[in-house]
Amino acid sequence: MSKSVNAVDGEAISDLNLTTEQLVEFYEKMYTIQRFDTETAKLYQQNLIQGAVHSYVGQEAVAVGACSALRQGDYISSTHRGHGHCLAKGLDPKRMLAEILGRRTGYCKGKGGSMHIADLDRGILGANGIVGGGIGVATGAAFTARYKKLDFVSLCFFGDGALHQGIFHECADMASLWKLPVIYLSEYNCFAEFTHSVKTFPHLNLEKRAEPYGFPGYRIDGNDVLLVYKTVKQAVDRARRGEGPALIVATCYRLEGHYIGDPLTYRTREETEEARTKEPVSAYRRRLLKNEIAGEEILWKIEAKVQKTIQEAIDFALSSPEPETDELFTDVYATPEIQTLLLKGKK
Amino acid sequence: MAVRELSYRDAIKEALFEEMRRDPNVFCIGEDIARFGGPMKVTEGLLQEFGEERVVDTPIAEAGFVGIGVGAAMTGLRPVVEVMYNDFLLLAMDQIINQAAKASYMFGGKCKMPIVVRTHAGAGRGNAAQHSQSLWMLFVHLPGVIVMAPSTPADAKGLLKSAIRADSPTLFFENKLIYGMKGPVPEGEHLVPIGKADIKRRGKDVTIVSTSRMTVFALGAAEKLAAEGIDVEIVDPRTLKPLDLDTVLESVRKTKRVVIVDEGCRTGGFTAEVAARIMDEALDYLDAPMARVATEDTPIPYCRKLELEAFPQERDIIAAVKKLA
Repeated sequence: MSKSVNAVDGEAISDLNLTTEQLVEFYEKMYTIQRFDTETAKLYQQNLIQGAVHSYVGQEAVAVGACSALRQGDYISSTHRGHGHCLAKGLDPKRMLAEILGRRTGYCKGKGGSMHIADLDRGILGANGIVGGGIGVATGAAFTARYKKLDFVSLCFFGDGALHQGIFHECADMASLWKLPVIYLSEYNCFAEFTHSVKTFPHLNLEKRAEPYGFPGYRIDGNDVLLVYKTVKQAVDRARRGEGPALIVATCYRLEGHYIGDPLTYRTREETEEARTKEPVSAYRRRLLKNEIAGEEILWKIEAKVQKTIQEAIDFALSSPEPETDELFTDVYATPEIQTLLLKGKK
Repeated sequence: MAVRELSYRDAIKEALFEEMRRDPNVFCIGEDIARFGGPMKVTEGLLQEFGEERVVDTPIAEAGFVGIGVGAAMTGLRPVVEVMYNDFLLLAMDQIINQAAKASYMFGGKCKMPIVVRTHAGAGRGNAAQHSQSLWMLFVHLPGVIVMAPSTPADAKGLLKSAIRADSPTLFFENKLIYGMKGPVPEGEHLVPIGKADIKRRGKDVTIVSTSRMTVFALGAAEKLAAEGIDVEIVDPRTLKPLDLDTVLESVRKTKRVVIVDEGCRTGGFTAEVAARIMDEALDYLDAPMARVATEDTPIPYCRKLELEAFPQERDIIAAVKKLA
């Protein structure tokens, strides 16, 4: 059942039933993520961001290819390295950056931060600070689809590290048993935090991990946005038909460290430079040009537009106020009478 | 509203039936709950009325099915998850603590989490160290959750119905030794408010604050103490978090003496928390040091002789009260 899918080559682009506009939009989204996380890193280095920021740079093709295969009403769960997923699913860079800077205008009123951006209205069940933490949540959302007989699907992003977590096994088991519409998308970005992933697996045929659960597994080149799109679309269509889950392992390379400021002592510059030659955003740009889907002029315009959007996001976030001190106590309970008791107890 | 005698088990079952009839988004999920009717037979009959879509048997995978409950709750359902013993909650701690409890807060108030995790606690059945703990304090410590531990059939029904309707995650601790205990239970719409204590016995000499099965023991102790002329008042918080401190304080200010009884372990336990809160608010009213009766800081032993030494018995409560009175 498991298989590796060959790269979608230039000629096969036409088989994907995507319009030129859509193909160009993929580039715009990938470029947006790259710029967003590049600028976020700069803000972090200027001490404008607290805690940790995990850059998605190098993995843009996975988020964009996958989320482009979803409908508005579909759900995703994200990870600590989640900015790319959220942008690809349609979040506003302004409110995302405001959240990352801990501002009141952020998606979580500044109370979640980089690792907890969520917007249920847009189908984002939350970035998650726990490796594998979104797996139960995404599988549960798929349970809701089946329970309510609705045709949405749930796409669960996680890194290769989460493939080791017990929750993956438990949820894959039940998702297959009940044929839940969930797609497990593992981004094999070559690193489990500060350790080469290859040192953590007994073998690298990770797509075969789907076999014992009885659903298909695919291993694909995660630097190829169109291949990601095609594979996820297939899995999504299958899930929507009620045929159950799939596992997709998309290989890519985390060009930044585990977090911004990571000393990177565990890898060589040569290794990273080698990986950079396959960097997905510029690779796709070259492909659009080579296949005459878009000319330089169109791409320059898009790049200028994206840069403007990101600059506006930075300005918006920096000029947004921090939350009031009272916000410390709000939202602990979504049940109003309990929240009232909490505030009373505080007095 | 008519009141009948029901067992603790049947009262919980009645709450499940009523809430599932009322709201199609309420469903039950857990190990052996559908075809087998649950090891404690609490969910017996649900499958026949509601079908396997709404009464879901799971593999033995606590983290997985609690996690699925969390995701279902985030997307509009109201799961009632049964975890067979409260000791098995420990397999699902990330789902409860890092996911369910924090989602509303982390996501800026935009996420409801209407999940109830039902389980049972309690020693006294020879189940030994991994099936006899009373672990609510692990959750009482935790911001964002509601914790309940009812001691009567009526409270069990009324609290569970309130929990199912709440939009925050609730840990609902039953006690394995009192499933067969009977008591008056109102028919139909009987809701016990969350965070409201109940005075189980009025008295003037000593206050006992007790939880879960310890309230049953306290009531027994009170009868014996009454025969010796000591008039005990019993306050059962029912909801351990949020705690109805006002009712506790009112009683303590009246009797000026308090014994706190709980089946959790003594160190860092519920008795410690209640004592600390009384000290903050009513120390000046006390005529004697506060007394705590709790499970010893040991695992629960298997041998019955040792087991009965490990967790509080009626006689321990009587001794503690007499020391104060």
